[in-house]
Amino acid sequence: MLKKRVAMQDIAAETRLFNSRAVVAMLIVCLSFSTILLNMYNLQVRSYQDYQIRSEGNRIKVLPLAPNRGLISDRNGILLAENKPVFSLELVPEQIDDIDTTLSSLAELIEISEEQQQEFLQQVRQQRRFNSIALKERLDEQEVAVISVNLHRFPGVTVEARLSRHYPFGDLFTHALGYIGKINTDDLRRLDEQGHLANYAASREIGKLGLERYYEEQLHGIMGFQEVEVNNRGRIIRVLRSVAARSGKNIKLSLDVGLQLTAQQTLTEHRGAIVAMDPRDGAVLAFYSNPSYDPNLFVHGISSSNYNALLHSPDRPLINRATQGIYPPASTIKPLMALLGLETNTVKPDTRVWDPGYFTLPNSDHRFRDWKRGGHGWVDVYSAVAQSCDIYFYDLGIKLGIDRISDYMRQFGFGERTGIDIHEEASANMPSRGWKRARFNQPWYPGDTVPLSIGQSFWTATPLQLALSTAVLVNKGLLPTPHMAAELSSEDSSELVDPGLRPSVNVVDAENWRVIADTMVQTVATLKGTAHPAFKTAEFSSGGKTGTAQVVAIAQDAKYDAKSLDERHRDNAMYIGYAPAKDPTVVFAVAVENTGGGSSVAAPIGRQLLDYYFSAGVNANE
Amino acid sequence: MSNSMVNPAQRSGRLAAFHIDLPLLLGLLTLLGFGLVILYSATGQSEAMMKAQIIRLGVALAVMVGIAQLSPQTIRRWAIALFGVGLLMLVAVLLFGYVGKGAQRWLDLGFMKFQPSEIMKLAVPMAVAWFIAADNLPPRIWRLIVGFAMCAVPTLLIAKQPDLGTSLLIAMSGVFVLFLAGMSWRLISFIAVMVSAFAPVMWFFLMHGYQRQRVLTFLNPETDPLGSGYHIIQSKIAIGSGGVDGKGWLQGTQSQLEFLPERHTDFIFAVLSEEFGLIGVLLLLAIYLFIIGRGLIIASTAQDNFSKLVAGSFTLTFFVYVFVNIGMVSGLLPVVGVPLPLVSYGGTSMVTLMAAFGVLMSVSTHKRMLANG
Repeated sequence: MLKKRVAMQDIAAETRLFNSRAVVAMLIVCLSFSTILLNMYNLQVRSYQDYQIRSEGNRIKVLPLAPNRGLISDRNGILLAENKPVFSLELVPEQIDDIDTTLSSLAELIEISEEQQQEFLQQVRQQRRFNSIALKERLDEQEVAVISVNLHRFPGVTVEARLSRHYPFGDLFTHALGYIGKINTDDLRRLDEQGHLANYAASREIGKLGLERYYEEQLHGIMGFQEVEVNNRGRIIRVLRSVAARSGKNIKLSLDVGLQLTAQQTLTEHRGAIVAMDPRDGAVLAFYSNPSYDPNLFVHGISSSNYNALLHSPDRPLINRATQGIYPPASTIKPLMALLGLETNTVKPDTRVWDPGYFTLPNSDHRFRDWKRGGHGWVDVYSAVAQSCDIYFYDLGIKLGIDRISDYMRQFGFGERTGIDIHEEASANMPSRGWKRARFNQPWYPGDTVPLSIGQSFWTATPLQLALSTAVLVNKGLLPTPHMAAELSSEDSSELVDPGLRPSVNVVDAENWRVIADTMVQTVATLKGTAHPAFKTAEFSSGGKTGTAQVVAIAQDAKYDAKSLDERHRDNAMYIGYAPAKDPTVVFAVAVENTGGGSSVAAPIGRQLLDYYFSAGVNANE
Repeated sequence: MSNSMVNPAQRSGRLAAFHIDLPLLLGLLTLLGFGLVILYSATGQSEAMMKAQIIRLGVALAVMVGIAQLSPQTIRRWAIALFGVGLLMLVAVLLFGYVGKGAQRWLDLGFMKFQPSEIMKLAVPMAVAWFIAADNLPPRIWRLIVGFAMCAVPTLLIAKQPDLGTSLLIAMSGVFVLFLAGMSWRLISFIAVMVSAFAPVMWFFLMHGYQRQRVLTFLNPETDPLGSGYHIIQSKIAIGSGGVDGKGWLQGTQSQLEFLPERHTDFIFAVLSEEFGLIGVLLLLAIYLFIIGRGLIIASTAQDNFSKLVAGSFTLTFFVYVFVNIGMVSGLLPVVGVPLPLVSYGGTSMVTLMAAFGVLMSVSTHKRMLANG
């Protein structure tokens, strides 16, 4: 009994002990669950917003859609820059059982280099298996055809098309259009500074040069996007929202394919440039620099050997001679010098000057020579311009002085960028006292004015500036801004490019301007006129001025052999002109490097240009 | 079994005849049902996986009911034998075990692959309870020492496989027996100090590189967002973005789009949290709490010490599974491969757990008329 009671007491004590431990355990359980709940409260209530955002960020991806680039056409709607589909052979590894077998079968159908196969296999290893990977890009038509008819044999193999920029006229418009190329880090930085970077998320290319670069913003268009739901491997589950891209604006240029071709053909193999423009609104009709190159090379990334060939060619094809070619204007500026003489009353139309074949400054025996040995005898303003008499202008230049010449010529656009719609433009140089002081730390001497008066020495100009100054002359002081784009149009709207005319040169006496225009007509029309041989059979009236510059060619390299040095010391041939003689619709400038006289080389080119201009009615529709 | 009788004071009706504890059964069925609902979403609505899980559930329930028919005395008789067989199997695993996922945990019996550590989850607390209950409580010191040794041997064998998580849980289940048996608080404090001192030894000599990495990642998951921290970060995003009322069943973007790793196994709690929100979490914890509470009541009302200790230890071990899993999924604890009990997809652990609940039911329903005799 006793033993049993002890046992009973033990049992009661044991039960109390166990129960107390069980209560402690239950307390620990409750405490632990409270900890879990507190943590859940922190995660799901207090940090809910934060995790909500991160969850959305996980699942929603925004895929940018690249807009189609605007097209560029000539004044008649002929496409100069278009988007052509290019085809690439693409494979989706996930859908292919045996990639090696598929590769070798495809290689039997079309040529696939070992390099392409290796590149492809590397991509296969790097990319997700459901991504489409290009095996060969830019298939030709035959390859597309061969693959297409065999496609049923290759599940997971597709021929994908995408649009690629193409310039159908090759090198004809390169210096005007420029080209597009792959976006590089400089482009990215510029886009970032302009705040346009976001719009380029899907774009691979950007305008690098010329109009393609100048009108990049308009041509590019506005990116669209797809908001998609993706899983953890990035596979798209569904499209949540989609906003279509808006294509870039199409640009119609004022350039004319025919006139451009004429410019190219007349320059043949000579280095030089031709610019033609409508003086009434600055619309550029022809804009050609020779030699040119094929811009299509740059679209898909130019090979280094091709690029080096362009870069190191002694003919410097990469330079845009129409706006970056810095030439001494030579005698082409004589009409403007004469105009200044008349407007300042320094000379009268009938003032006559004796030309013995040389000119000397007072207190000096240095003889500045006329191009014509023995001189022209007595010359007035008409014969001085038409026969390009140097002595008349030496004398006039000294009487006018550098300050008046420099100020006046600036008003015609010399020494300034014209503001044409490409960025590749030089301002060239209209010298002044201040310029010479800054440049050489020397005062201006009368001896500097003498060669300046016939467009030599420090005075330089681009062909575009020469055409522009001619436009100001025929416009009687009104200065247009040259532009190649005529109309920008999108699907629902279009705007004309018309920068307007700006009064730039003060007209003292309109009669003086008529006289100068006459001198240029006489250059073309009178028997002794320097352009007469070229224009005597023309069926249209025109005015013009020849120039022959005895100067080194642009952008000389430091080293070249004697033979090429000799060639490059030959004269540059220049010609400026306008037509018709009454109410001109076109002004133009021709510069041909190292070919001899303006009269014998440049004027005939001007003649052919105008022949085409009038026979084809280039600018006749207005 | 012949000398055991059903207590007539016990709940009457047919369930009693089958030795089923009704509150525990209801709690378990609620949990299993809720678990299946979550699992359907977590498997990406895979019918094949649902079918497999339901079959497993059937097997597990059958095992539970089967074990419930055994009396605690029978279980007690088999406890030490089970422990011995388990030990032999652990040695066998180390010698000829099957290597999977970088650890040697499986024993190929020819017709099935088998994880002996699962047996030890049951056998260790049962054997320790058998040994402690042979004398009055609280246990004398030498019994405690032997008890610890009975925990330590299988723990070290399993840790060697290596399966640190399971070995610690098994050690814990044995220690729970000693705790419930009334081991003095002074000794508990002493052991706590010893374990803290042992931690650095474990870090440098017992833990593998990937285990250390898990702990490091746990301490600061954002340092390695694409590597080992990815699991925890994605899990916390899933839980946090669920908010109070959740994104809706099958609507959890983290789960359905598979940003959440191991979504149907170890991380299934995150699926629940994302789709059912804090409300779902509260519901789940309430069910768990009910089961744990019922388990402790069964333990405290058991008639003999062996039954009390085993029932209490099983219940507390079940709680530890819940806590460790939720703790690791929600970033409170390092990632150790512990599934959410009775909810996660997977077979072996579910059968083991239900076997443990079978023991609880046996304890609850086999009571000799003696207290009120």
